Amino acid sequence: MSPAAPHGRVIALHLAVVALLFAGEFVLPAYHHGVMARIMVLAVFAMGYNLLFGYTGLLSLGHAMFFAAGMYGAGLTAYHLGWSVAAAFPAGIVAGAAVSAGIALLALRTTGVAFMIVTMMFAQVGYLLTLYFGNWTRGEEGLTLAPAARLLGPFDFTDPATRYFAALALFAVVLFLTLAVVRAPFGRVLVAIRENEERTRMLGYDTFANKLAATVLSGTICASAGAAYALLFGYFGSTFATVAYSILPLLWVLVGGAATTLGPFLGTLAMYYLIDISNDVLNRHFPDWDMSYLGTVGVALVLLVLFFPKGLLGTLRQRWVVWLP
Amino acid sequence: MAAMTPVSREPLLSVRGLSRHFGGLKAVDGVDFDVPAGQVRAIIGPNGAGKTTFVGMICGRIPPSAGTIRFDGADITDMPAHRRVLAGIAYTFQITSVFANLSVRDNVALAVQRRHVGGKGGRLSPRAFAAEIGAALARVGLADRAGETAGNLAYGHQRLLEVAMGLALSPRLLILDEPTQGLSDAEIDGFIGLVREIAGETTVLLIEHNMPVVMALAERITVMDQGRVIAEGTPAEVRGNRTVQAAYLGAPVDA
Repeated sequence: MSPAAPHGRVIALHLAVVALLFAGEFVLPAYHHGVMARIMVLAVFAMGYNLLFGYTGLLSLGHAMFFAAGMYGAGLTAYHLGWSVAAAFPAGIVAGAAVSAGIALLALRTTGVAFMIVTMMFAQVGYLLTLYFGNWTRGEEGLTLAPAARLLGPFDFTDPATRYFAALALFAVVLFLTLAVVRAPFGRVLVAIRENEERTRMLGYDTFANKLAATVLSGTICASAGAAYALLFGYFGSTFATVAYSILPLLWVLVGGAATTLGPFLGTLAMYYLIDISNDVLNRHFPDWDMSYLGTVGVALVLLVLFFPKGLLGTLRQRWVVWLP
Repeated sequence: MAAMTPVSREPLLSVRGLSRHFGGLKAVDGVDFDVPAGQVRAIIGPNGAGKTTFVGMICGRIPPSAGTIRFDGADITDMPAHRRVLAGIAYTFQITSVFANLSVRDNVALAVQRRHVGGKGGRLSPRAFAAEIGAALARVGLADRAGETAGNLAYGHQRLLEVAMGLALSPRLLILDEPTQGLSDAEIDGFIGLVREIAGETTVLLIEHNMPVVMALAERITVMDQGRVIAEGTPAEVRGNRTVQAAYLGAPVDA
């Protein structure tokens, strides 16, 4: 973030991550290939969340509504209106931008715990709306997009490789977008607001306007993840609007490292596989224990707090690699 | 010291009937106050006299209960704080309030970029941006500490960083709220030199408890007590004022 940070090294690191994921298409076994496409889309969700939570210091417990706004904005227009991907994806993004702007104008009147509660309540309203309009959304059961609705020109998202590259493209765009934002003067102001809002105001910044911009940007990025999820994987339902999907991005960001550009991806990756593997291991070795993966997640979080209090990359940056953005 | 000759044109800062009531407490009560451009003005008074509340209203942190504030000929009574900063009023905090987790450079960068991104100064090249940051730090003698984390600086250096951030805003009125509190004697001497230098280019409003500092720097002194202005004049006049002595100084000061 500081002008003295080695610019070239930072860009190279981010390019290397994207290149590694590109190579994943050719080396990953089918199962992990599919998982990775999903992780990349969810990492976009986490990166959007990180912008508001990690950099601006605003803890929202309602980001599921932004993810769901994008998901339903794209999914419903594709399903009911027959919109193509080229129209439905932007529709999801616009829906996310509109919802986040409206919610931000109301929720940003509060701070701290009240902000958490208010965002959570709004998200709960969003979830109940997806149930209330069950005629169109099919509620918890959700809707499945026909293969014909998942075509973008020559690209067919029912094909795993196309899906993988589409997820990677979105991931790369958002990764470099967040990198540019946090290294820009705007990003410095967001960090300043997180550190000391009153001081930032007395340096002449309209902190409300900056927080509003951060919330809309964060919500819109999360909506792009939701829209991509619906169109790439062809399914959308109320589950994605539940409070669990507000907590998950917080968890991913905390694990990977808040206010680090690559932390959200690393956290999403780590948590996804941790749950996946622990489920497998528990079921195979202790089939009659009937244990939930939540136990493993709990243990992992305790260890994380003990040894990596600032998340994987946050602690890495604090102790060894200070130039990490 | 001879009495100041009155300045003919409209003062830079002009306050009329300014009041702030907290419930039944009149923290500031009907204050009239003028500062001409270029002056170093000190506000003194016992604890609880209303000094910080008063300047808090000038810089927009506290909304007044009554009264008007004019700055540079315009009424700014209802202007939000962040726009007053752009208009040229900079406030340095009484309690050191730098961004402790950011580098010294980033602290000053935040002040510098305010004038250039969406401000009046136009966009800057990265090189010019860095040069402005370096210049602001050099003025307070912190140029070689740009890379350090602000919270790791010694207390005196944090106070200087605060001043550097105020200066980097290129203010027309710089409000220093008890800037020498907690500084050593040597640091205070350095600070007096710094304010003298600043005084050549901007108007300074100084809230200060340390009487030698006030006597050394102020061209005029305003004395507040219980929310009201009880005296105003040159340091010599204020020193000889019996009301002031009773309210604040206790005994004649031999500065």
